[in-house]
Amino acid sequence: MGKLKSHILVCAGTGCRASQSDKIVTNLKTVLEENGLENEVQVVTTGCFGFCEKGPVVKMVPDNTFYVQVTPEDASEIVLEHLVKGRKVERLLYVDPETQKHVSDSKHMGFYKKQIRIALRNCGFINPENIDEYIARDGYAALGKVVAEMTPEQAIQIVKDSGLRGRGGGGFPTGLKWELTLKSKNEQKYVVCNADEGDPGAFMDRSILEGDPHSVLESMAICGYCIGANTGLIYIRAEYPLAIQRLKIAIEQAREYGLLGSNIFGTNFNFDVEIRYGAGAFVCGEETALIHSMEGMRGEPTVKPPFPAVSGYREKPTNVNNVETFANIPPIILKGSDWFKTIGTEKSKGTKVFALAGKVNNVGLIEVPMGTTLREVIFDIGGGIKDGKKFKAVQTGGPSGGCLTEKHLDTPIDYDNLLASGSMMGSGGMIVMDEDDCMVSMARFYLEFTVEESCGKCAPCRIGNKRLHEMLDKITLGKGTEDDLVKLKNLANVIRDTSLCGLGQTSPNPVLSTMDNFMNEYLAHVRDGKCPAGQCKALMQYRIDQHKCVGCTLCSRVCPVDAISGERKAPHKINHSVCIKCGACMEKCKFGAISLE
Amino acid sequence: MAKVKTLADLRKMNEDLKNKINLREMGDNPESLVQVKVSMATCGIASGAKEVMDFFIDELDKQNIAAVVTQTGCMGYCYAEPTIEVTLPGQEPVVYGYVNEEKAGTIIERHIKNGEMVDGVIPVNYQTPDKQ
Repeated sequence: MGKLKSHILVCAGTGCRASQSDKIVTNLKTVLEENGLENEVQVVTTGCFGFCEKGPVVKMVPDNTFYVQVTPEDASEIVLEHLVKGRKVERLLYVDPETQKHVSDSKHMGFYKKQIRIALRNCGFINPENIDEYIARDGYAALGKVVAEMTPEQAIQIVKDSGLRGRGGGGFPTGLKWELTLKSKNEQKYVVCNADEGDPGAFMDRSILEGDPHSVLESMAICGYCIGANTGLIYIRAEYPLAIQRLKIAIEQAREYGLLGSNIFGTNFNFDVEIRYGAGAFVCGEETALIHSMEGMRGEPTVKPPFPAVSGYREKPTNVNNVETFANIPPIILKGSDWFKTIGTEKSKGTKVFALAGKVNNVGLIEVPMGTTLREVIFDIGGGIKDGKKFKAVQTGGPSGGCLTEKHLDTPIDYDNLLASGSMMGSGGMIVMDEDDCMVSMARFYLEFTVEESCGKCAPCRIGNKRLHEMLDKITLGKGTEDDLVKLKNLANVIRDTSLCGLGQTSPNPVLSTMDNFMNEYLAHVRDGKCPAGQCKALMQYRIDQHKCVGCTLCSRVCPVDAISGERKAPHKINHSVCIKCGACMEKCKFGAISLE
Repeated sequence: MAKVKTLADLRKMNEDLKNKINLREMGDNPESLVQVKVSMATCGIASGAKEVMDFFIDELDKQNIAAVVTQTGCMGYCYAEPTIEVTLPGQEPVVYGYVNEEKAGTIIERHIKNGEMVDGVIPVNYQTPDKQ
């Protein structure tokens, strides 16, 4: 048999699978066999490539041809044209939105140019269900190095020196956390991986677990060795079935290879990992609530101290880290803290994974060095705003974060800069908004989320957020007053200062930051009864332009509440007391006579 | 497969498994490696381009030369098939015509390993859009 000439990498992340990427794999294999190429070309299912906007993604190796939006029917053309005849399938190539030219390989795509992939190093590169591919990429070498050649203190020192900070949102120095847990004396300790990713629109952790589950397992074992724990627990939401399935496979393979279990690398270090399912409550991402949930109790946070490092799961010292934090550990151990420190800003080292969503051209998963500006992320990597609209704001940090506006575009992104700008790093969700998005409605949306997700333990969060939401609702319905704005701000400050846990303390952030940056929009709602973005329907009216209307009667026929009247061939009118603002008339009008004002 | 009992076991495994994904690693930065493109249009295949490509892949691998061998479409030198294009890192591509396995061997020995031109070079008489 000849050597493999080519690999076809097919994304099998949740997004691409939803667009039938598994069918693409089956079809590719069938066509390869029909053409007698099955021994020369290997089809590999990988984790997320990040370019979810144009999924399913298929990458040809070694020439790096990057095919986007591939359908199962395209399989035979890819094999016959690309592999048999050696011609690229032009119509499946990515088209650069600016130059309108086909881009043949990923090296030349703006989306990938500014990215550095550390946490995502194996996503879209290896088959996550095959431990051999992970080992071939130096997998478990960091664990081996630590267990066989280092003391826990030495390994912790490397992590401390690297400057790595928690990627779950808070930004607590990881090495310090490990050291604190090491210093807590107890026979039984635990390593917990926080995979309770709950921000709307965020999927960084899911993609890492789906694309590179072994890196998390390896890193948990390293942490176990460092702090003196023999059990690792992954707390993952049950709504991530694919991630759970791949984790289970990975755990089985690691046990089979003796990389989890007893006497790892022939030493007396034992470590094993179990999976614990969460029901998807947002508050369970808070580490004390997460621990209570794992213990079978209600997922409610408790006051810190005691910190989990002293008394956590089952009242034993517990080290909780986020998925992405763990994914950074093996490269740091292998390449050293000095290498890691060269990437990033003074106080935020390394890279950060962001889930880019909203009104941006290239929706997807990206990893950039700390200190990259928002402009680079949104315009260079994200490819700018959809439909050529104007950029308005970006919400970072999910419901706990705040919005950043045009004046923040050139701020380098790191933990401290984002905090200073009134937002936060959070876990890395980034939702981009354009001129059509109303900031009051946006704040109301996030409050709706926090009201639903509040565990109800402390009054400021349980009652206060409910009141905030009511006030915002009132404003978007055009019934707010300037007094409400004062109350809104006062209450938001109180909730921030008096809530028990991170959820409550940060829940007013979307309100406060939109009030800081877009006060004029709030004022327009309460003073003039107008929504400048045109999103709050209660403040808008559909109007028929009497000059453009030709009296075709189409609008009056589609109106579900008979609010439109008029004679044939004469301009029509809308009865605003009856209109429910469904917009059906505007959609149907062929003459552009109906507008929303 | 045997369990990983020591760090040495893992390192050996890593060495053995590496070449399985080598193709992907090399594909990630082809500019720094020797690139061989084999013209594989109908005329090329009919003249034996496939065998030449297999030969390059096997031989370069046997000699442990890090190289990316890919196929490409018709280069237009149909009279001189099979044709190949060899690019050494940082150098201009060179096109060879009438490449059979024997010629391929010479190209590896002299051009790829020593950087000398071999007989049979076809002067490139066109430009591609990405070089303009």
